[in-house]
Amino acid sequence: MTSGVAVDLDDIWIRFGDFVAVREANVAIRGGDFFSFLGPSGCGKTTILRAVSGFLEPSQGQVRIGGRNMAGIGPNKRPTALIFQNLALFPLMKIWENISFSMEVTGASVAERRKRADELLDMIALSGQGDKLPSELSGGQKQRVAIARALCANPDVLLLDEPLSALDLKLRQHMRTELREIQKRVGITFIYITHDQGEALTMSDNVAVMKAGVIEQIDNGHDIYDHPATPFVASFVGENNVFRGKVIQINGNEAVIRSNRSGDLLSRITPAAVGKLRVGDDAMMFIRPEVLQPGAAEEDGRNTISANVIHEEFEGNSFSVLLEGEGGKTIKMAVPNAGQDKISNRGEMLSLHYAPANAVVMPAAELASE
Amino acid sequence: MKRKMIFSDFFRNNGLVMGGMLMGLVGFWLIFLIILPQLSMLDYSFRHNLPPAELGGPKDVYTLSNYQHLLYGSDTTHQSYNTVDLKVFLRTIFAAMMVTVFNIILCYPLAYFLGQSKGSGLVRLLVVLLIIPYWINEILRAFALRIIFGENGLLNEVLLFLHLAEAPIDFIRQDIALYAGLGYAYILLMLFPIYNVIESLDRNQIEAARDMGASWIRIHRRIVIPHAKPGIASGATMVFMLSAGALAAPQILGGPSSLWFTQLVYQWFNDSLNWQQGAAYAIVLLVATITIVLTVMKLFRVNMGDIGK
Repeated sequence: MTSGVAVDLDDIWIRFGDFVAVREANVAIRGGDFFSFLGPSGCGKTTILRAVSGFLEPSQGQVRIGGRNMAGIGPNKRPTALIFQNLALFPLMKIWENISFSMEVTGASVAERRKRADELLDMIALSGQGDKLPSELSGGQKQRVAIARALCANPDVLLLDEPLSALDLKLRQHMRTELREIQKRVGITFIYITHDQGEALTMSDNVAVMKAGVIEQIDNGHDIYDHPATPFVASFVGENNVFRGKVIQINGNEAVIRSNRSGDLLSRITPAAVGKLRVGDDAMMFIRPEVLQPGAAEEDGRNTISANVIHEEFEGNSFSVLLEGEGGKTIKMAVPNAGQDKISNRGEMLSLHYAPANAVVMPAAELASE
Repeated sequence: MKRKMIFSDFFRNNGLVMGGMLMGLVGFWLIFLIILPQLSMLDYSFRHNLPPAELGGPKDVYTLSNYQHLLYGSDTTHQSYNTVDLKVFLRTIFAAMMVTVFNIILCYPLAYFLGQSKGSGLVRLLVVLLIIPYWINEILRAFALRIIFGENGLLNEVLLFLHLAEAPIDFIRQDIALYAGLGYAYILLMLFPIYNVIESLDRNQIEAARDMGASWIRIHRRIVIPHAKPGIASGATMVFMLSAGALAAPQILGGPSSLWFTQLVYQWFNDSLNWQQGAAYAIVLLVATITIVLTVMKLFRVNMGDIGK
């Protein structure tokens, strides 16, 4: 595996008039990494990608590719290749012409272009399809052609702008694996933009989670999921139940919060908040649906949440139970399917417990999705 | 089979009454406004110009003499060609082609600018400004150009004032006014089809090509122009057909010595009252322009179906 080229974003600000699209982005992407920017639409992730590809210049800060400052270098001169959300294949050109367009630009002969296109078609398992038009291919095939076209110029960095969003679920899952494999094979740096946390978590070495122009956390997928740095990350990545309360006790990395509605809850403090949380602070605790389990905790009066069952859904691999806690708070619980007929009855009062190590607590903040 | 299904679908979707009405209107248009008048012209063009008394008589037979007149003039021995009319004919076709090419060159960049800077209010205002002059009658517009291009016209005064010309230039006699007038008369019919196709071009394709290192020239040659081809073709067809068949601009802006082929047709119909001869000339012009349009479309690999889009 060749070692890829590093991409550094150094204190990037991007403004459109008064609107700040990206605020103080500092990202160091290692060479050969599969790096994702994850966030809801409008969070500025595509803007960052455009700054890396050269379609816009940051208002402030530096983009460095392989240590080289990219200021003033146009998209056609950067060692990056961009895959567009709608792929932007050239509809009037044959597949092989599409793939080898970057060679046409440099004046390569038809024979050379054809040869390279055929090699790339082999790589994406579309051998012999070079003479077709893009409209004659399926969605997944077009996807692969777009990748081949971007790889044809041997870029140091491949930039992908939600390229899977137009595909259906099965194909999307298949393409995740395929993209990851292609990335391993060619060994170059991939920067991937997505609003789909599943894509970001499955494919990436590292993920930057963005909200409203601000990067909230950069970590590997596992840490993003298990150790969210901010309430936004905790609620945006995966599902989470939120409990608010005051910190009444701190023991090292653990804190007890007195929930306004559910009694005392013990939880691990998320690494980013260790040392910042003090007794008496307002705090938020997050418990994932799969962490909650039916039944009271062994420790009396602690870590037990009681709630009424509203309804239960069978989702194949799990049961999803929607409950109403004290004060009308909705709580979601996911129980793996181990052959049970059902978990609960409608209207039944359930006690739920969780392992403190699987919950996280952090300083309180506003949360739109709560 | 397939055609039958289109019709039955049409009636199912619109109902028998509405469908019948729509079909009837289209049929009326096609038959009474297009096919029958053309057939009648065609019929005229093969007949002798006879006084009413002899119509239907033994002299009322089909003849090629009207077509021969364009080729050989009134010379019945067919020794010398009708150089005057033939020259006018060729000049008309050539000039209409030049006007078309000129319009393409002028409209493509403008249409690209308008089509790709979408959504801005300024652009919409620009489009409206382009249309406003066309609210005025074509003949009045031609007269306006005549005033601008006249010996004491605006253009000459400006040129003299700036000392770019020593004496007034006779734009009318040199046919500059005529070509400018023809070019201006139908320029929107070139602009809007190109504007429409360019507006439908996915911007990402341009960015993708740029990302892959393509220069602006290559982007236009490989991406934008191929995409805009149907629009260019439909604009060129309309401008060419209408320029070749224009009457107002040549009548008003043409120099005293220059004749447009349609003026000859007009003279046959109106001055000589020889409709048969006029019809033959009109048919020749029609067939020639259609042939040229189809040939050029074949040359540039444009399908008839693409133009309708």
